[in-house]
Amino acid sequence: MTLTRWQRPNFWVSPLRRVTSLRDEVDNLFHLAFGRLADSNVENGSQSLEGWFPAVDVFEDKDSLLVKAELPGLKKEDIEISLHDGYLNLSGERKQEEKHEGTDVYRSERWVGRFHRSISLPCSVEADKIKATYNEGVLTVALPKAEEAKPKQIPISVK
Amino acid sequence: MNSVLQKEEKPVRPQPVDQERPFVSPNVNIVETAAAYVLEAEMPGVAKDGLEINLEDNVLTIAGRRQPEPTAKLLHRESNPVDYRRVFELDPSIETGKISAQIEQGVLTLTLPKAEKVQPRRITVN
Repeated sequence: MTLTRWQRPNFWVSPLRRVTSLRDEVDNLFHLAFGRLADSNVENGSQSLEGWFPAVDVFEDKDSLLVKAELPGLKKEDIEISLHDGYLNLSGERKQEEKHEGTDVYRSERWVGRFHRSISLPCSVEADKIKATYNEGVLTVALPKAEEAKPKQIPISVK
Repeated sequence: MNSVLQKEEKPVRPQPVDQERPFVSPNVNIVETAAAYVLEAEMPGVAKDGLEINLEDNVLTIAGRRQPEPTAKLLHRESNPVDYRRVFELDPSIETGKISAQIEQGVLTLTLPKAEKVQPRRITVN
């Protein structure tokens, strides 16, 4: 008899994931209700506890998922992307620029420091075919869906 | 006093129709060095050809239009998919003819040089 590694059946939804998606929904509601206010808190404001929280959009088409994150002014090598257990993790850092001698600062609204986002993916993807690009300050991650997650047309034969 | 880009946001100014599209203010950093003011504005999603920088008298307007979005179905949105726009009033000491701009990875950097006469100068005594 061979031992096979136990795999979570497809229909089993992690309870944690449900909590996360519920939280996301509440966040969305908050976002809708307070819109700009919430935005300005996130973007301009406190880098205190949560650090920086870049905006992430998720798109889906038939064959793939597309995750876009607004990360203005980073270096490509300061962005880390990983896939773990159905979550796409984006993290990185914008380093504080050196303050030059004899320079006065009038406004400092841009964020500095570390960020980390985990995005729960709605379906399984082909991990080794993920592609990421970074242009115009936007990180775009293209994740091709795994075969079993793609919609299938089943032909009906009539006899 | 040493007022830089003294005031901002003059929404009362009559704007051309095109600028009535919704917009957000980009986050900016402004620093002053001996020779110039340097303004950095975060405009992720804006390429060089989506930028519009206008100077009228001493009012500087920076605007950026985002690249078109993917046509795929949207599952989750956090970004605010509107244009960027922000207005600054420039200090008279800025030499407006020599303003230079560049955009890199969604960050617009404007260098606003000061006129020769206001730059600190060391005069050596013979």
